[in-house]
Order: sequence, then structure tokens, then C-alpha cells
Amino acid sequence: MTYEEFLLDLVTKDNRFIVMTSENRAAMRNITSQIKDNFIDTGITEQTQVGMAAGLALRGRIPIVHALATFITMRSFEFIRTDVGIACLPVKIVGAVPGFLSDGNGPTHQAIEDVSIMRGIPNVNVFAPADNDDMLKGLPEVFSSPSPFYVRFNNCKPVVEHSEFKIGRAETFGNGTDIAILVYGFLFAEAYKAKEILEAKGKSVRLINLRTVKPADEETILKAVEECRLIATVEDHFLTGGLYTILAEILLRNKKTADVIPFALKDKWFKPGLLNYVLEYEGFTAEQISNAIIEKLNS
Amino acid sequence: MTKEKSHSLEQTALKVREHIINMSTNGGCFIGASLSWTDLCVYLYKEFLNVREDNLKDDCRDYLFLSKGHTVPALYGTFTELGWLKKERLANHLRTNDFIYWHPNVNIPGIEFHSGSLGHNLSVASGVAMDCKLKKQSNKITVVVGDGELNEGSNWEAVLVASAYKLDNLLIIVDRNRFQANIQTEDLIPLSPLDEKFKSFGCSVKSIDGHRFEEIEAALSSFPFEKGKVSVLIADTVRGKGLPSIEKRADRWFANFTAGEIEKLLEELHSEYNK
Repeated sequence: MTYEEFLLDLVTKDNRFIVMTSENRAAMRNITSQIKDNFIDTGITEQTQVGMAAGLALRGRIPIVHALATFITMRSFEFIRTDVGIACLPVKIVGAVPGFLSDGNGPTHQAIEDVSIMRGIPNVNVFAPADNDDMLKGLPEVFSSPSPFYVRFNNCKPVVEHSEFKIGRAETFGNGTDIAILVYGFLFAEAYKAKEILEAKGKSVRLINLRTVKPADEETILKAVEECRLIATVEDHFLTGGLYTILAEILLRNKKTADVIPFALKDKWFKPGLLNYVLEYEGFTAEQISNAIIEKLNS
Repeated sequence: MTKEKSHSLEQTALKVREHIINMSTNGGCFIGASLSWTDLCVYLYKEFLNVREDNLKDDCRDYLFLSKGHTVPALYGTFTELGWLKKERLANHLRTNDFIYWHPNVNIPGIEFHSGSLGHNLSVASGVAMDCKLKKQSNKITVVVGDGELNEGSNWEAVLVASAYKLDNLLIIVDRNRFQANIQTEDLIPLSPLDEKFKSFGCSVKSIDGHRFEEIEAALSSFPFEKGKVSVLIADTVRGKGLPSIEKRADRWFANFTAGEIEKLLEELHSEYNK
């Protein structure tokens, strides 16, 4: 199933859903005529789109807002915080090409602080699916939840079939104790391959796909901290405010510490180019991740 | 408009102004711009909007969004006169035992949405107007904006979109008191010709004296001003209206008076009214 087919089915079955966009129709291009009474394109106006979504939600609708992840989270940040967050309205904010997925655009289009700023808004939750399968398994619950949600849109081909989804529950692969890799979003595929490489080299690994970054699955993370020698956080996001920070908050709250190796963008935007070049250049391929982990384990 | 109706509206506006003055102590409030849209506020709730205490949750009701949220004392004063808000609660202004503070919030019955950050409620109201259109309902959606507030680009973005979707159930009222917070609008970022600006954005525009009930009524009785267009009512008003000692004074945007000063202002209000 595609995201488009999912939306069509959702809107057909439940008239409360309104599909919106700021003239970014990539995710619903082929269904606009079939959902025309539930479709609003506001033009290139991210703040107005979010403000209108709040108004629609006041009338009992569930607006699903679409724009590029950078613009919807930053241009309309105050509208999300003030009109959606304060009122806790069930507006669903879908950010396209987050993180490395905006590979060739350059820094204007790099949403690599989106998780940080969205999770910082009270009431707003964050879903960062690993791939298309993960996304479509999560969206029914995310879209029908009474909470506002930010979704890091990701329709990449899955490398594995995902398990049943529950908000606030991570998905764990393996129960190794040398290394736990915490990951969300698109880099799941690299982390999954890194796990295979590490295992081929005799390391025991567990891979934790966060799914909802907020609420984060504190129990699963703490269990990994208890049981594993090393924790890796892997995210196409600034080091500040994302998964590494979430882990630090959890550790401090529970009076714990851990050996942690973070894979994140350390206070810089990434070098633009085609995705495979970007991953290589920035050090996020499965090989680079697994090599760095082995080096750390051996140090 | 009959003399009786006009007298009744004036009497209510006088009482609302008393409430506003009484709120401008013990921490104070944004008195100047609250007084400038008081007459509009009274007319809207008593005559124009289909909003009553018993239909506040009804999806057929009319909506009013106060985008210039700092002028909420006029709303609270009006709600008090309509009997929705107990007068004693106004004494809780800025106390943490209630929700009556400098900006509107939905804990007060009759407030549709919070505001305070300028340039937000026009897009929120457009969303409500859009939903009413989609559901083929005939609710009127009113947004009150300040003229200084129109510096914010988000307003113009929202007008562009509302016009594109032909939201003729949307009424934008501009409280044109010609003041920003601390300075006259035309001295800082001039807005004139404001009517031409809205017309060029596809709106149907009327301009009136925002303190004359017969002019307010004449304009609003023809809402929507044109089929298929957003209606914009530019209401020329005076900041601090009703109190000559503070009218049009840049330093009376916000005021926190002593009890003695409040007494004098109330006397001034009545002597001005009886002129």
C-alpha cells in the first residue's frame, strides 16, 4: 500500500479527515480529485495552512497538514506551538523529506532540528517511521490519536517487515548485550545493516527502532542501558535536541550513566549531494557505523 | 436605527467601559485599544452575532475571534453585561484563582480561541469559515484585528488564501485606531490606503466611524458585502474613546492606575457621556 492509497481509504471512511498541503502535492497527487471535499491546498503558505488546520480542528475535523519538513516545522513553528500546541488540537503535521532525505537541496531544506523543536512543544508528539511499512503500520493510531502529532514522512522501501505498532513503544530486533543501537527514521536501514555486519564479526547486537520519538519508550531504552556495554544513537539530526539528548534526559532522570557513541550532525549542516554520497561523506553508512562501533568497543 | 435601540447600545457600551476602567488597576490592562473597539464589540454581540449563552457549543452559532487579544477587557465587559460572566469574576483579574488575564483564553465561556501573538486568528478563523462552507452551513465568522497588527505578514497571507477560497462567510473588522503599541501607525509603517490594500487582495471593503452605532448597523446589515468575497469593515476608532484625558495618547496603550485615578476616570467617563 502507498501513503496515497492509505489517505484515500482514510478519508473515504471518515469524513473528519481533511488532507491539506501548502502546494506540496507529492504525497497525494493522484487522489486530489477523489477527495476534493476533504482536500485544501493553501498555496505556499505554511503558517496559514497550520492556522487554518487549527480552525478546522475546532470544528471537529482532523486536518493532515503537508509541506516540506523544514518549512512546516520552522516557518510555521509559532503557529504549531500557539494554535495547535496550546489548544492541544488533533492536527497531524506531515513533514516531507526530513533529515538526509532532502539530499541535494542544501541547508535551506535540511530538516535536522525538526525533532528537537517539535518535541519541545507541550502536547505535540513525534512519529519518525523507519520506512513505508513502519509508517503505514503507525499512521492509523497516530492519525486517530487525540494528540497533535509531527510525522517525519518516510516512504522508503522497507528492509524488514515491522511488527505491530503502539504509540510510545519501540520495536526491538535481537537481544544482544555488546551493543544497543537506538535509531529512528530513515537511518534504520543503515542501522539494520550495521547490526548484520557487527553480528558477522561476532558481536551481539540489539537494534531499537524508536518509532515514536515522543513519547519515547523509556522502559526499553533503560533495559538496553542495563544490559548492554555500549549504546549507539543514530539519527539524521543535529546532535542537540534529538535522540542523543533524549537518551541523556532519560539517563539523568533515572540516575544512570552509559557508554554512548552518538551518530548525529555535530553542530553543522550536511554536505548536499545524492543520498548515497551524503551518507558516505557524513559517515552514516552501515559500514562506517559498524566500524566506529567496533573501534569504540575495542578502545 | 430607533432612538431606543441606539440608547440601549450606548448604555451597554458605557457599562462595558466602566468594566474596562475598573480592570486597569492592580496590575493594569491594555485600556486604550480596549476602549477603541468597545462600541463595535457591544453591537456585534447584542445585534449581529448569533451567539447566546445557550448556543455557545452549537455548531450553527456565529463565531468571533479577537485577534488583537490584548483588548480582551472589552469582551469580558460585554460578556458581563450579557450575563455570561459573573461581575465578581472581573475582580479576579490577574489572580491565579481564575483565567482572567491580559489575553483571551477558552476557559472563559464565549471565548472561541486564545490569542495574544498577533497575526494568528485570521488563519484560524479562515479554517472555521472553510469548514462551515464545506458543511454548507451559514454561520458568520468574524475576526477583529488591530491596524498595527496588520504589520504582520501572516494576516495578508491568510487574506490571500481566504479570498482564493471565496470565503464570503468571513468578516474582518479592522479596529483602525491608528496606533501601534507606542507610536502612530502612519508614522512608523504607514497602512494607508488600507481599503485599497484589502481590495487589491480581492476583498469587499466598507469604511465607517466605529463609534456610531447607526453606521455600524448600516454596514453590517449588508453582510456579506459582496457574494464570493471576504468582507472587510474598516472601523475608524479613537484609542481611549470615552476618556478625553487618555484619548490618542501614545503612553496610554497599557495603563495601571491607582484606585484614586480610577475614581476620577469613572467620573470623567460619565461626564463625557452626559455631554
